[in-house]
Amino acid sequence: MKRILKIYLEKPELAGIVFLIVLAFVFQSRSNGVFLNAQNLQGMFGLLPEMALVAVGVTLLMICGEFDLSVGSVFALTPMIMGVMLAAHWPFILAFPAGLLAAAAVGLVNGTLTVRFAIPSFITTLGMLFVARSLTVVISGGFPPVIPQGAMPREMFTAFIGPGGMIRMSFVWFVVIAMLVSFILSRSNFGNWVRATGGFLPAAQSMGIPTSRVKIACFMICSVLAGFAGTLQVMRLGAPLPSIGEGLELQAVAAAVIGGTALTGGIGTILGGIIGAVLIRAIDNGLVLSRVDANWFKMALGALTVFAVIMNAWLRTKAKNMKVETHK
Amino acid sequence: MTDPTIQVRNLHKWYSGVHALKDVSLDIQPNETLGLVGDNGAGKSTLINILSGTQRPDGGDIMFEGRPVSFRGPRDAMDAGIETIYQYNSMVPTMSIARNMFIGREPTKLSLFGIGLMDLPRMRRESVQAIADVDLHLRSPDALVGELSGGQRQGVAIARAMHFKSKVMILDEPTNHLAVKETQKVIGFVQSLKDLGITAVFISHNIHHVFECCDRIVAMARGEIVLDRRTADTSMDEILSVL
Repeated sequence: MKRILKIYLEKPELAGIVFLIVLAFVFQSRSNGVFLNAQNLQGMFGLLPEMALVAVGVTLLMICGEFDLSVGSVFALTPMIMGVMLAAHWPFILAFPAGLLAAAAVGLVNGTLTVRFAIPSFITTLGMLFVARSLTVVISGGFPPVIPQGAMPREMFTAFIGPGGMIRMSFVWFVVIAMLVSFILSRSNFGNWVRATGGFLPAAQSMGIPTSRVKIACFMICSVLAGFAGTLQVMRLGAPLPSIGEGLELQAVAAAVIGGTALTGGIGTILGGIIGAVLIRAIDNGLVLSRVDANWFKMALGALTVFAVIMNAWLRTKAKNMKVETHK
Repeated sequence: MTDPTIQVRNLHKWYSGVHALKDVSLDIQPNETLGLVGDNGAGKSTLINILSGTQRPDGGDIMFEGRPVSFRGPRDAMDAGIETIYQYNSMVPTMSIARNMFIGREPTKLSLFGIGLMDLPRMRRESVQAIADVDLHLRSPDALVGELSGGQRQGVAIARAMHFKSKVMILDEPTNHLAVKETQKVIGFVQSLKDLGITAVFISHNIHHVFECCDRIVAMARGEIVLDRRTADTSMDEILSVL
């Protein structure tokens, strides 16, 4: 029994799930049953993948011991590149990869600058936040490009599917990608290197892990996921606005942290980041449905972030101090 | 006598104007336990960093088992059979024992370009065996290294080196920051290496520890070797006088 409790306490993402269930009950009663009805869930599942995919990438990068503040800008830049190309009558099959390639390039630059000049990624990606945002506005020419009707295969990415059209295709993409990243992190040797690099860099280096390449790869994965998430949003909305994704970088960090990822690296899970993202979306949505002034959302998000970190730290020491009978 | 396991010839190393190693030559014999002593900045860390592949010499040669070698990174040295256990530990505290045992050398299935699925059951099984082989009792290969004591961590690091059939083990200040009882345990590990046919280089600035487990003592000062004696033929006073 005690052993089970210890295992439970060591997994902060499980505490997140419990909190989510509690929240669901509260919002369900406060909103007179609207929160969990089919229509509202459909709306939430439609929006969730966009932010959650960003959170998946940011969580991976944070486990690797680095930070990316430029994901919000990449979220806008990637679909803008695709949109401008589509507006100029390039086929989707070229425009879509071009956007993702640009996202990968941003990640490559972030990673290379951080590793090569040994500067904090907080600085590199803060710079990139402005650079990529500026680039987005410049290539849009100030006006969102008009994407020709039917130029985007929305049925592949954002169409409603499933019984009663409950979920969008984007949700399927999100689940598949999240499972893949989670699987790579927990089961592949690359995942082991990511954890070692973020957990204790000198040890990883002394064991011969190519830590620079591991970090750059994580920066690139993070960027591409953010770009893909932005592309999903644009396909849902129909037009690329240069301002989308503003503030998303901090929400993604909040999601990762709420899910138990440590700022110092080495600790965290992809599932935790996703649960953090779900919590944030649920609070956003639940507050509105409970007829609370929407301006309270950031207050709730901020309080939850700080509370979650204190709680996670407390649970971790509690679990560590818990003695479990050992068999020899 | 057979060929030395490691021969170092006329090694030089400069750090931004500082001559850290001045023409150092040293033979390390098979199966001997060599104690390397010296004050901070005497050059012992530089010497072992070169032997373990983390730094490259500015001049001189290294022969390993009679063949000239040039390590481009720690992995080259590890592949040759030289494993280094560092003062601040070559373990990641936030990872499990089983994962730490195989960092950078994970057994994989279905691998493509060196990236593949880890064989986790095998990693757990083999780490349990490797830890039992060094007579260490830990509750589970899934325990986090951060939950182990300093001595246990060094034990796991030594178990790892043995598991990968290292021929030479370099121990860089393994007894630093350890409690007395733990220190004795680590010295016990070092003494047991001899019976296993492993050549060891033991670095410490605690001369008592060196006398306890080494066959031969080499003292360094200001980038040079200032004394090289069999333990039986020297005394602590003599070593202290040259440092």
